[in-house]
Amino acid sequence: MDLAVAHETISRWQFGITTVYHFLFVPLTISLASIVACLQTAWVRTGKEKYFHATKFWGKLFLINIAMGVVTGIVQEFQFGMNWSDYSRFVGDVFGAPLAMEALIAFFFESTFIGLWIFGWDKLPKKIHLACIWMVAIGTALSAYFILAANSWMQHPVGYRIDPATGKAQLTDIVRVLTQNTTLVQVFHTLTAAFLTGAAFVVGIASFHLWRAKQGKQPDKRKTAAMRTSLRFGLAIAVVAGLGTAISGDTLGKVMFEQQPMKMAAAEALWDTQAPAPFSVFAVGDVSKGHNSVALEIPGILSFLAHNDFSSEVPGINDIAAAEAAQHGGQPTDYIPNIFVTYWGFRLMIGFGMTSFVAALIGLWTTRRKFWLAPEHRTGEDEPPKLMLTKNREMNVFFTRWSWRIGILTMGFPLIANSFGWIFTEMGRQPWVVFGLMRTRDAVSPNVSVGTQVLGLCTLTALYAILAVIEVKLLAKYAAAGPDTDEKPPAKDPTLRGPSDDEDADKPLAFAY
Amino acid sequence: MHLHDLWFILIAVLWIGYFFLEGFDFGIGILTRLLARNTAERRVLINTIGPVWDGNEVWLLTAGGATFAAFPDWYATLFSGFFVPLLVILVCLIVRGVSFEYRHQRSGERWQRNWELAIFWTSLLPAFLWGVAFGNIVRGVEIDQDKNYVGTLWDLLNPYALLGGLTTLVLFTFHGAVFAALKTTGEIRLRARVQATVLGLITAALALAFLIWTQIDSGNHWSLAATIVAVLALLGALGANQAGREGWAFGFSGLTIVAAVGMLFLSLFPDVMPSTLNPDWSLTVSNSSSSGYTLKVMTVVAVVFTPLVLLYQGWTYWVFRRRIGVQHIPATAHH
Repeated sequence: MDLAVAHETISRWQFGITTVYHFLFVPLTISLASIVACLQTAWVRTGKEKYFHATKFWGKLFLINIAMGVVTGIVQEFQFGMNWSDYSRFVGDVFGAPLAMEALIAFFFESTFIGLWIFGWDKLPKKIHLACIWMVAIGTALSAYFILAANSWMQHPVGYRIDPATGKAQLTDIVRVLTQNTTLVQVFHTLTAAFLTGAAFVVGIASFHLWRAKQGKQPDKRKTAAMRTSLRFGLAIAVVAGLGTAISGDTLGKVMFEQQPMKMAAAEALWDTQAPAPFSVFAVGDVSKGHNSVALEIPGILSFLAHNDFSSEVPGINDIAAAEAAQHGGQPTDYIPNIFVTYWGFRLMIGFGMTSFVAALIGLWTTRRKFWLAPEHRTGEDEPPKLMLTKNREMNVFFTRWSWRIGILTMGFPLIANSFGWIFTEMGRQPWVVFGLMRTRDAVSPNVSVGTQVLGLCTLTALYAILAVIEVKLLAKYAAAGPDTDEKPPAKDPTLRGPSDDEDADKPLAFAY
Repeated sequence: MHLHDLWFILIAVLWIGYFFLEGFDFGIGILTRLLARNTAERRVLINTIGPVWDGNEVWLLTAGGATFAAFPDWYATLFSGFFVPLLVILVCLIVRGVSFEYRHQRSGERWQRNWELAIFWTSLLPAFLWGVAFGNIVRGVEIDQDKNYVGTLWDLLNPYALLGGLTTLVLFTFHGAVFAALKTTGEIRLRARVQATVLGLITAALALAFLIWTQIDSGNHWSLAATIVAVLALLGALGANQAGREGWAFGFSGLTIVAAVGMLFLSLFPDVMPSTLNPDWSLTVSNSSSSGYTLKVMTVVAVVFTPLVLLYQGWTYWVFRRRIGVQHIPATAHH
């Protein structure tokens, strides 16, 4: 391989691997923080035991997960400078600001209040302790906002000028960077997808326990009560978030049709400009020849996705590439991203995400509460729900079994969808690292040798692989164990001034590493 | 004062904050082998920083992010130039964070022992490597006219930088021992004081050599003043530790870090990364900083949020102000 190509390729692989990996933890962290906060709020307000157990249980899984999210996040901030120093020099004036804001405003917030939450069960009054987890939840969402503002600037640079003296991007309007529509819609889409991810995770694990309870393998009724509440809550979030993901995804698609037509044409493998443009369900093509040999299409839908009507023109890959080549020089083929990856990435993102949404919709209906059911089908709060098709009709044994299994099996679907979504949007922007301004191949650190890059790539990949095994095993262990129903909240509400009587001075900590 | 001078000071403050806070975190991690005699004592030490280590580490992320925003060239040159040491630091910080969170999740002896070993090594290596990195920044490295580091990894391992590494390593361990004496109770507290004395004396020897070398090589009046403060503070810390005044001892060991790191930045200014190839190729506050507008935006953000951060981080230390002893450590997780 050509050395210059190797230089770019290795750093891209490292960025891809570390970022996709990091983003397995991010959406779970964002959503589980809020889900735990809601459950804890329910406990503080009602005092019901099942909410306490649910809070502790999901809180535990949340902590195992956030630990990985935090530490893999450090790599994200460092590798811009390590592997992409020319990129950093070119964009630092603009891109650095949201990154620094993320650290100063969001990271401090999350990391400080997570410490207070983990160790504060016996130190802080209930309500202040509850406020801490809400702070964490707000911190995680803020963090997403700032980093997505930075990413949106790479997708659609605004609020800058190119300094004629240095040839570098220079910030002229921070408000535009933070509020441009690309940022807002990306934040909306990422947060809704994050909640779909966490909700599917909750639904999957709750389904596992409830299905076991249904089969009589799990006699602890308090566990079942906590899991039943979690299931219903998870399903409700999944439906709302799934709908939100679809709406925000559609909006983001329209923004992208306007700002990065090549990405969307590639997403559809739409080689030639068409009016009306069809939506491709399946296609096999020959990239070198610039057309599809096999294609299954629904007429007019792509026009609708782009412009909200069924007849308008959507530009195709060949035309856009020619126009970009005319504008920036070089061959049209230089401007065509990897069609196979973008096309299938786009489809798998939608496919996995929406399957999860539909499964949740069905689940929400079939497990509905007793109000909607005939009295003889109503189940108690500490029993697994019956899966009801109508007021009087229960699903048969076969479908019941598969419904619970699907709940479990679709647990990771949004995670897959998220990964494909990022791979699609980042690879669909190629050859640009900052759209229209800087090519990825010009962004690499020129002074870092290929050998050093390989060292970085291999070290981080190997470390991440080992940690993945450890973390999945831990998650599986605690998820399968279910809530610890022997655990009790502190007998009396702690005061901020701490224990006053000496007999408490030697009491063991409620939580210790 | 020009905004890029102000930002030089702010970056220095962030690094000083980082070394002050994560300094004792690293120290505690190292002391799990030096000071603690059994698992219970190791857990006492780990739990003294349990609620706060994550927040302390964010000072590094903020220093990195702020350097990216305010001095993009400094960030780019430093991070690409020091690739391998930074990669080692990254690996350490990843494993270390996970170790704290995962060690107690299983009760198996081997599982816990492995994570404890990980905590020790991943505290020790960064404590050393940060000193090496800063030694090289102050000493200057081979930077070409395009602001790229063109030296090799071995050039970074020169005697001066290695002395810097040893200095931070022992200084942080000393700082950690003083912190341990302040935050623990019982027998371990007394032993922490004794170890602090030994570590303090070694620190004094190393720090004196390193600071004098720095002062001769690249010092100025201001850095001389900071050196004197650092030395006096270290003596103060030793004295207070000897007298059993743990709060004072910690204040002074912290001041030692503040003054010593401050001294490095003072001797650096107005360069941010001097070039040993040609002084004209050095990165300075003016040739590597962001535009005035960006610095203005970042100044507003820093002025509003930094006090807020100090406030709620300070509050955390107040909430967890109680000393911890072996009697406070609950039996290992009930799993």
